[in-house]
Amino acid sequence: MSKPNEKVHMLTQDAQKRKNNFSEVATGLTEELALEEAERCLNCKKPLCVAGCPVGINIPKFIQLIKEKKYLEAAAAIKEDNLLPSVCGRVCPQENQCEEACVLSKKGNPIGIGYLERFVADYERQHKKEKGAISHQPSAISSQQCKIAVIGSGPSGLTCASELKKMGYGVTIFEAFHKPGGVLVYGIPAFRLPKDIVNYEIDNLRKMGVEIRTNSVIGRLKTIDKLFEEGFDAVYIAIGAGHPVFMSVEGEELNYIYSSNEFLTRVNLMEAYKFPEVDTPVVLGKKVAVIGGGNTAMDSARCALRMGTEKVYCIYRRSEKEMPARVEEIEHAKEEGVKFMFLTAPVKYIGDTENNVKKAVCIKMELGEPDASGRRRPVPISGSEFEIEVDSVVVAIGTNANPLISETTKDMEVNKWGYIVANDAGRTTKKYVYAGGDIVTGSATVIKAMGAGKEAAHVIDEDLEKKDR
Amino acid sequence: MNKIVAKKKISKDIVQLTFENKELAEARKPGQFLILRVHDKGERIPLTIMGSDADKGTVDIIFQVVGKTTTLLSELNVGDKILDVAGPLGNPTLIENFGRCVVIGGGVGTAVLFPVLKALKEAGNAVIAIIGARDKDALILTQEVEAIADELIITTDDGSAGGKGLVTDALKEVISRGEKIDYVYAVGPVIMMKFVALTTKEHKIKTEVSLNPIMIDGTGMCGGCRVMIAGKEKFACVHGPDFDAHEVNFDLLMQRLKMFKGKEHKSMECHCKNKEN
Repeated sequence: MSKPNEKVHMLTQDAQKRKNNFSEVATGLTEELALEEAERCLNCKKPLCVAGCPVGINIPKFIQLIKEKKYLEAAAAIKEDNLLPSVCGRVCPQENQCEEACVLSKKGNPIGIGYLERFVADYERQHKKEKGAISHQPSAISSQQCKIAVIGSGPSGLTCASELKKMGYGVTIFEAFHKPGGVLVYGIPAFRLPKDIVNYEIDNLRKMGVEIRTNSVIGRLKTIDKLFEEGFDAVYIAIGAGHPVFMSVEGEELNYIYSSNEFLTRVNLMEAYKFPEVDTPVVLGKKVAVIGGGNTAMDSARCALRMGTEKVYCIYRRSEKEMPARVEEIEHAKEEGVKFMFLTAPVKYIGDTENNVKKAVCIKMELGEPDASGRRRPVPISGSEFEIEVDSVVVAIGTNANPLISETTKDMEVNKWGYIVANDAGRTTKKYVYAGGDIVTGSATVIKAMGAGKEAAHVIDEDLEKKDR
Repeated sequence: MNKIVAKKKISKDIVQLTFENKELAEARKPGQFLILRVHDKGERIPLTIMGSDADKGTVDIIFQVVGKTTTLLSELNVGDKILDVAGPLGNPTLIENFGRCVVIGGGVGTAVLFPVLKALKEAGNAVIAIIGARDKDALILTQEVEAIADELIITTDDGSAGGKGLVTDALKEVISRGEKIDYVYAVGPVIMMKFVALTTKEHKIKTEVSLNPIMIDGTGMCGGCRVMIAGKEKFACVHGPDFDAHEVNFDLLMQRLKMFKGKEHKSMECHCKNKEN
């Protein structure tokens, strides 16, 4: 039980138990706890929290509805601005967004907005009889049967598709994998985001009439121009960044050194943790080193723990304070037994005669002057090299732009790193082609990608209106 | 979609399937591959596209039964559907009028070679084909290749068909004739491609090989298929699968291909056990 005026505590599975399963770690608020938390909301006249939300959810409104026990209405209020509250309630970094902006955060106890968002979204999923009912607000042009192609079925693509469908457009999503959801299914593990939640949201989208074509690799199966030839009026590119970066250190090509994308795809999308009940394997051995300090590194480390390994190291080149991962994820990882090695970076891997990785040679770092990111730059301490024994390594240091679409769309500008150039409204340099999410911004958050998808949907509507005039 | 319309057992453990997929049939080019999944809990495996008929909207694949997925695939019959097929993937093979070409296929790799041979002929090249296998039964597509190539040389490890020996022996023999060879394309077991590369390097003949590393997505997002080319890391799915043979680190590729062997055996064992019960 929390003290009065203190943020309510999320209920979680016990760390010792959960480190052996893929069931959700945070089990959600009870109705009593949700009501207690909602009561703390001051219902500010000028709600700072709304400004802190990338999609501008009317937070005071939905919290007020919780106070009145109108949970379905509360969910509807969120959905006016956010298609996926059950996802965002779980994976948004609220501590840097709405909750950081909350007036109560000055005293260290902001409203648990994320917890409440999740509570109403879960309540809705469990109680709503008529699933997937949406209010149509057809725009003027929709009667003219415009068709939009959305490439990628991650958070940005799903949001854009939903918004366009609500306006009355015909929408087809092209997904490269056999299963839609993008990072929500291949990246974020089930213990943070249960897959039935994602499936539920995607089913809803299908019920709305959005067509989803899986196994469709745009850039290979067909080009953007081909989509226009086939009768699409506009294209929204939301393919994510998704091209893994390696460190280019000696020995990185050894066996069992995975990118986090490969490791997480094997475990989450292909469910390798159920092998041999499923056919896709992953081999980790006893000791695993995860390289990186972001949420993907935390997800990788915590997945590795759950695969029956003995020791999982998380090796990060700066100190804990600079870690980009959410504090909550770092805490969870620590509770579960991930061993953190801060101010450390691998400089070389050593393998055995079969080319299997056996050792990581690491170097100690110290923090120097701040770099472009504003964080203090890690500087290697010469002579501080040391070895650790590892059976596998997961490199989670980030991603680059995937080249498949840009290479086959020569008249669409990309920047020097391969990311698509799009203005704030999502317009690219190619007419009627829009882009948003990580393929424009580089690796960011689910909610920012969703915000871009929503914005682009309205801009597409605007541009198509003008076109037909 | 993906309904099987023809099935042919080519040899003891090699099967050819023809299935419907109009968009794929229209889009694919020689040298490209696809990734398929056979059942709901199945893995994604890459297979090279042998050919397609754009008018009929059908795609041909030839594969060797080596593990659980290929076993399940070989058990599908006409009328069944392949659950998931994504493609075409990879860059098409570079087809030009090089002049005189030698194309080399080892084992089931001949299926990969076949569309390249066809395209090279259509581009006006003179093409000598060398096909090798462990024995007579493992040879595939000999008649089809013979019908297109200007010359066909067959080798088997045991001499049960063609000359006894390796494809590299035949290649050396062709080179020793003294006619200028402008281009070599080889696909088959990694060890075979390695020795083809060593042979042609000596004679400074431009050579491309089609690599077959382990893959999951085939779109550049996992990096499982990374190979070392001239000391640099490349992803076979987006930068390949064809690479300059003289720049490929074949030894590394061989090691990487062994990564999941233990698990693959386990998967197959469980599958056989379940079938018995």
